[in-house]
Amino acid sequence: MWTTPARLKAKGIIGMNRRNIRYIGRYNDRRLYPLVDDKLKTKLLAQQYAITTPALIGTVTTQFGVKHIREMLMGHAGFVIKPAKGSGGKGILVVERVDGGDYIKPSGSRLSLEDVERHASNILSGLYSLGGSPDVALIESLINFDETFGEYTYEGVPDIRVIVFKGYPVMAMMRLSTAASDGKANLHQGAVGVGIDIATGTAIRGVQFDRARHDHPDTGHELASLCIPGWQTLLLLAAGCYEMTSLGYLGTDMVLDRDHGPMLLELNARPGLAIQMANGEGLRPRLDLIEQQPEGIGAEERVAFAQHHFARRSELATTEAPPVAVSSV
Amino acid sequence: MSRLPFYLVVALLLVIGIGMSVHRHVEFEVPWTPGEQRQVWEIEAQVNFRADGGPAKVEMALPSTQDGYRVLTEHTASPGYGLTFLEENGSRRARWSIREARGSQQLYYSAQLLVAPQARNADRPTPKPLPAVVWERPYDTAASEVIERAWSRSSDPFTFARELIGDFTEDRQSENTRLLLTQFDRVPLLVRLLNQAGVAAREVNGLMLEHGRRRQSLTSWIQVYDGDQRALFNPADGAQGRPDNLLLWEASGQSVLEVQGGTNSRVTFSMLSRNQPAAAAVRSQLARGSDTLLNFSIHSLPLEEQALFQTILLLPIGALVVVLLRVLVGIKTSGTFMPVLIALAFIQTTLVTGLIGFLLVVAVGLVIRNYLSYLNLLLVARVTAVIITVIAIISLFSVLSYRFGLNAGLQITFFPMIILSWTIERMSILWEEEGPKEVLIQGGGSLLTAVLAYLAMNNPWIRHITFNFLGVQLILMALILLLGNYTGYRLLELRRFKPVTED
Repeated sequence: MWTTPARLKAKGIIGMNRRNIRYIGRYNDRRLYPLVDDKLKTKLLAQQYAITTPALIGTVTTQFGVKHIREMLMGHAGFVIKPAKGSGGKGILVVERVDGGDYIKPSGSRLSLEDVERHASNILSGLYSLGGSPDVALIESLINFDETFGEYTYEGVPDIRVIVFKGYPVMAMMRLSTAASDGKANLHQGAVGVGIDIATGTAIRGVQFDRARHDHPDTGHELASLCIPGWQTLLLLAAGCYEMTSLGYLGTDMVLDRDHGPMLLELNARPGLAIQMANGEGLRPRLDLIEQQPEGIGAEERVAFAQHHFARRSELATTEAPPVAVSSV
Repeated sequence: MSRLPFYLVVALLLVIGIGMSVHRHVEFEVPWTPGEQRQVWEIEAQVNFRADGGPAKVEMALPSTQDGYRVLTEHTASPGYGLTFLEENGSRRARWSIREARGSQQLYYSAQLLVAPQARNADRPTPKPLPAVVWERPYDTAASEVIERAWSRSSDPFTFARELIGDFTEDRQSENTRLLLTQFDRVPLLVRLLNQAGVAAREVNGLMLEHGRRRQSLTSWIQVYDGDQRALFNPADGAQGRPDNLLLWEASGQSVLEVQGGTNSRVTFSMLSRNQPAAAAVRSQLARGSDTLLNFSIHSLPLEEQALFQTILLLPIGALVVVLLRVLVGIKTSGTFMPVLIALAFIQTTLVTGLIGFLLVVAVGLVIRNYLSYLNLLLVARVTAVIITVIAIISLFSVLSYRFGLNAGLQITFFPMIILSWTIERMSILWEEEGPKEVLIQGGGSLLTAVLAYLAMNNPWIRHITFNFLGVQLILMALILLLGNYTGYRLLELRRFKPVTED
């Protein structure tokens, strides 16, 4: 049921208090938070720094504007409505396709125009934003997610979280939505977290509800063969977010688009600690190593450094050698 | 980045906080625990005299704070008389005056004295020995022989005093002493002899405290000085030292009572002893305390504000509980300090009533809020609707419980309604987004925190400490600063991260 602080320390696990004081408090200037807390600002900034993000269909800034959503959505098959200042994936409405007057969610349930408008109205009134302050609704085009991951996910789009510390990608995981998580990619709701090797972009270990897992609970597909295409590009994008925001301790959420490759979905100035569970390893040794590195190194060198020092062998492959051999044939 | 200044600030806060608390404990005898009983003596002095019909002036010595006793309060009752308090050379006197008085007169003075082992004498100057003591014949030879005899058998002023007084006791009286006693009163005589021998001494008057005694009078004692030291001697037997129950009423060698314009004056004393809670004793003591900075005290405020402050000073304790639970344990609550406000409400309602009331209001509120979410309202309007709903629920429960004869139900009105409304709103959103499980976790966490905060804030000892020792607030501040610096694991993280350590 319980472990000891000494064993956690030996594993290099960092806790919430340490994350807050030692990393977020020290490396993330409060002044810069709006850049990442407001997804609209992040998006505009990303465009300046040539970091790919999902295309923006439009924004709704006034309750009056809610009535024009239908015209705005004309001609777009799928779209996502999200609050600019939402947190923890709250208030994100995904519409996969439009069928007649109805909007269809990935789960298949139908929404009327009023439902969509009400959702936008709720976003504007601050229902999903931090502290309930008035907000702006962002409408983005749906990501055409890479079919290679079809077997690894249930309904939702799998996203890749990379922790970037002082510009170095230190740890990564992929979050696979499940039936238990209701298509959402939040680990505490039951999504599967897959630790990703920084060097190669392949799966190291999988966890669901904090317990080790070797396959996806819904599709039954094993996780060992999971390999992220365009890994190098993805790491470079993630590392570039340091120059873009100047935030030292950053969680970057990336998605893979069939046509555009890795894209930045959003940034998080207070990334969670579940990534340690998915990787079966603590962040601390890696963060300590990065802290010793000098400033002012280019993104490519940083990525190379991280790939060299943080390479790991998959636990999935070693523990389940025979199935991997079969699937690779 | 050095953390030294931070730790210096923390250390400074701790030192000042502890220092202030200890100072209050030592200097004002504020006890560390609320239950401590202190003995308080109520002493009443009654002055009787027959007035001559003209102007009258009465002067009486008053007791002051001394070894073992501290004056708490004093009152006088003297209709028609003008009254002034005089203070000179560390002795206090009351002076009554009246233009015209006839017949039997009574003046009352009463004082409350706290038995306080730490109390110390106010400094009184050592009396100078009278330079030349002149005796008439044949007393001069008798006196010098008595002094000679005692001097030869003593080594210092105290032993000299003991020997001298001893020589005047019944079984050791010599011819010389008997001769002297025929002419002089015993106590002034002894003082005079001591002074002649170059020993500083004075006559003081004390009251033997005995519970329930009435019509007592003062007894004479001899105070002998040796440099900075002094000792009290019983003039009857020469015993050195002060009995514990002796209160020195007049200790500077002056008269106890002086009456001008009257005859047959005398003063009698009656006394009672009772125990009262130390806190109350302290309160009456501080009520008349001086307004120095170190005596800065909530007790100097009017009673109503004091009651208010008692609650306000408890808030940091509740907040500390929240900080402990969040930083060291990792409990999730709905709204950071909402549990403290709920705990404050629990103090008014008592725990069980409060818990039942809280659960009822939140449960009914959630059901109604669920309906409101179908109406597609703007946030502020919806929360306002919830506030009105909460008020309606509270009114309904109050009326219902009153009808059923449950007066406890009326106390539900102590709940902070706007806070409750926000709690309902937040929980409702949580329910929609994360499911009922998360609502249970956060709601349960909030309630647990509230109950613990309530237990801490309702603890009599903690109430006593926070109210009486303002320094504790600084200590709390230092503790919270230290907690804010804690980078270790939370208790619940030991469980959360356990799977990682398993392989």
